[in-house]
This record gives sequence, C-alpha cells and structure tokens, in this order.
Amino acid sequence: MVKDKPKIAPHLQPILESVPDPEIPVLTILDLGMIREATEVDGEVYVKLSPTYSGCPATDVIGDDIRTAFKKHNMTAHVEFVISPPWTTKWITEDGKRKMREYGIAPPLSESADKQALLEGKKVVPCTLCRSTNTHMVSQFGSTPCKALFKCDDCLEPFDYFKCLI
Amino acid sequence: MNKQALYDYILGVTDNSLILGQRLGELCGHGPSLETDIAITNIALDLLGQCRSYYQYAAKLKGGDTTEDSIAMLRTEREYVNVLLVEQPNEHFGYVIARQFLFDVFHLLQMQELQKSKDETLASIAAKNIKETLYHTRFSSDWIKRLGDGTEVSHAKIQEAINDLWPYTKELFEVTESDQEMIDAGIGVDVSKLKDAYYKQVAEVLEEATLKVPEGKYFHKGGKQGIHTEHMGPLLAELQYMQRTYPNMNW
Repeated sequence: MVKDKPKIAPHLQPILESVPDPEIPVLTILDLGMIREATEVDGEVYVKLSPTYSGCPATDVIGDDIRTAFKKHNMTAHVEFVISPPWTTKWITEDGKRKMREYGIAPPLSESADKQALLEGKKVVPCTLCRSTNTHMVSQFGSTPCKALFKCDDCLEPFDYFKCLI
Repeated sequence: MNKQALYDYILGVTDNSLILGQRLGELCGHGPSLETDIAITNIALDLLGQCRSYYQYAAKLKGGDTTEDSIAMLRTEREYVNVLLVEQPNEHFGYVIARQFLFDVFHLLQMQELQKSKDETLASIAAKNIKETLYHTRFSSDWIKRLGDGTEVSHAKIQEAINDLWPYTKELFEVTESDQEMIDAGIGVDVSKLKDAYYKQVAEVLEEATLKVPEGKYFHKGGKQGIHTEHMGPLLAELQYMQRTYPNMNW
C-alpha cells in the first residue's frame, strides 16, 4: 500500500538511524517502522511518528530523543504523533527482525502463525538460542506491551516473543 | 455540530477505560502470580494509553485551560460518566476477570462500530484500540474458561463474581441524550444495538466454561448520569491524590 511507505528525506535518515528504541536499544526507530514522515525546511524538521502501543511509555521518550538528536545537528525537530493508519508489526524492517533475533527476542511471525502460537498453543515460535520450535507460551503479556513470554522445551531458554500486530 | 455533545460523548466512551485502568492498576505488584500481574498491568497501561488520545481530543474541543490531565484528574465524582461495572472493586481474582470479561466483550463491539464513525479522529483512535482490545478479550475469555472449567473452588468463585457483576451489564447499552445526538450525526455508536451480540458472545464463553448465565432481572444504572456506587469515591481519591495535593504537578 502506498500510504504504508514512509516519506523520509535522505539526509535526515542517518540522524533518525541514531535514535534507538528505549526498551529494545539494538533497534532504531527506523527499524521499527515508527517514522512515517520526516522533512526539513530551513533547519526545521517535521517528523511524523506512529506510536506502537497506545500506552507505551517509551513513546514520549522517543519524541524527546528525536528532538535531542536533531539538536546536535543544529536542527529543531517538531514531532507529531500520528495514529492513522495504525502502526503494525509489518512495518518492522527485515534488518530490524534480524537484530531483534540476535538480541534474544523472537520477531513477530505471520498473522496466522502468530494466532496459532498465542491462541492455540502450537509450537511455531523458534527459540532465539537453539532455533528449535519446541517452545511454549508462558505468558500472553510480557515485560513491555509489545511482547509475550515464551520458553524453549529443548534448551530451556526463556525468551521474549514480539507479538504480531496487524 | 454541537461541540458539547461530542465532548460529552467522548467522555462517555473514555471514562470507562480510565476507571477500569485505575482499578487494574491497584493490582500492580499484587497480582496472584507474576504472569497475571504483568498481564493486568499491561491491560491497565493499554487502557490508560487509549484514554490519552480521547482526552487530548476532548480537551481540544473544550479549549481554554482544559487539558487531558484536567479532564482525567480534576473532575468531581458526579462529572464522571463511566458505567458502574468498571468501578466495582477487585474483591478476588474471580471478580477481576469477570469484570474484565464483561467489559472487554462490550468494548470490542463498541470499537468495531466506532471505527466507522464519521468523525475521523474517533474512527482512527478506535481502529488503533481494536487490536489491543481484541487481545484483552482473549485474555479474559481464556481465564473465564480456565477458572470455570478448573477446580471446584475456582468454578464457584468465578460463578459468584459473574452473578454479582451481572446486574451491572445492562447499563452498557443505555443511550444518553448526547449519545443520541451523536448517533444521529453518524459519529456515535448506538450501543443499544450491540446488546444481542453481546449477550450471545458472553453466553457462548460462559457455556464453554461450564458456567451458568445468570437469570436475574434486576439491573443497576446511574453511572452514565454521574450517579455512582459507594466504590467510586475511594477510587477517585487515589486517582486524584497527586493532582489535588500538588496542583499542576508534571512528570
């Protein structure tokens, strides 16, 4: 979909890339697909940010972090939160998913696999350590709004699964 | 368009989430197990997050000194228009789950309709809320089944909670004056039309959980007119404590 594609001015890209997610610091806000638009007019930067979960306390911190990052480059950032279209895990980049996995969080699966894992108890979420899918859900909710808790039944590693949000 | 009616309508939708969020927040660090504690506080966080979007919009409509915080924190009891169900106390885990379930099923139906609203802001807030509300509904439905179809004790306790909270369900479908005005304008949801779907869905889950659908014919109401149960005062005292004690305090 056209409206799903973010509009980011190329010269602002590296600055946005330097802003990590406060809860999952290996990921940048670009990896998560949270930036919908970034444009500059004479040193004034306008950023449209799509919050992940409504109550996620990281959202305000991210707004501050963006302003700080641009300030270092003598630019003033104006951050606007946009909730339409709503953020989806589909916007997480492939690179973002890879980093997530390496960090120990299983990235979101497809919508149907996600449903099987969270609702039907199917063993489809691969362990982030040994890659076995012999895993089970420990808790539907995890340490942050975006995650559920899983455990591997082969290597016994407990890990987070980033829930699919369509 | 009547701005005041829209403002009142928004509060009618949102106060439910605020008050339920506050109730759930009381359990932070006190849940029966780590997983349920995390789940309940996550749900509380979602509900409060949802409130912020609505109250920000309401504050913009109202103008003047009104802010999302003043709407959430500085009204008097009679000015809150949440349904009585969500202010009911936690009692035991059965009550927490029963209240959540009886609200979630309604909330989801309401959001599914509200996303079709002619008011773009409300429609987009609802579209975002649906995903979270769906997940809450799954959580509470699962627990209804686990407790109902669990041990003799869990069955008795969840049935007790369902029976006690049942008289608060009918109020969900009451249409107020400002609701009607917004329904006529194509903005609000006609909740009276959700009633059949609601009781059908609730009955299905209760049946699967081997629980009885209560048959009582007596129902409470008043929340939507600001007339609350005795549990509301203490809840507000805690919710508003900080803003009342240190006015205009910020993070």
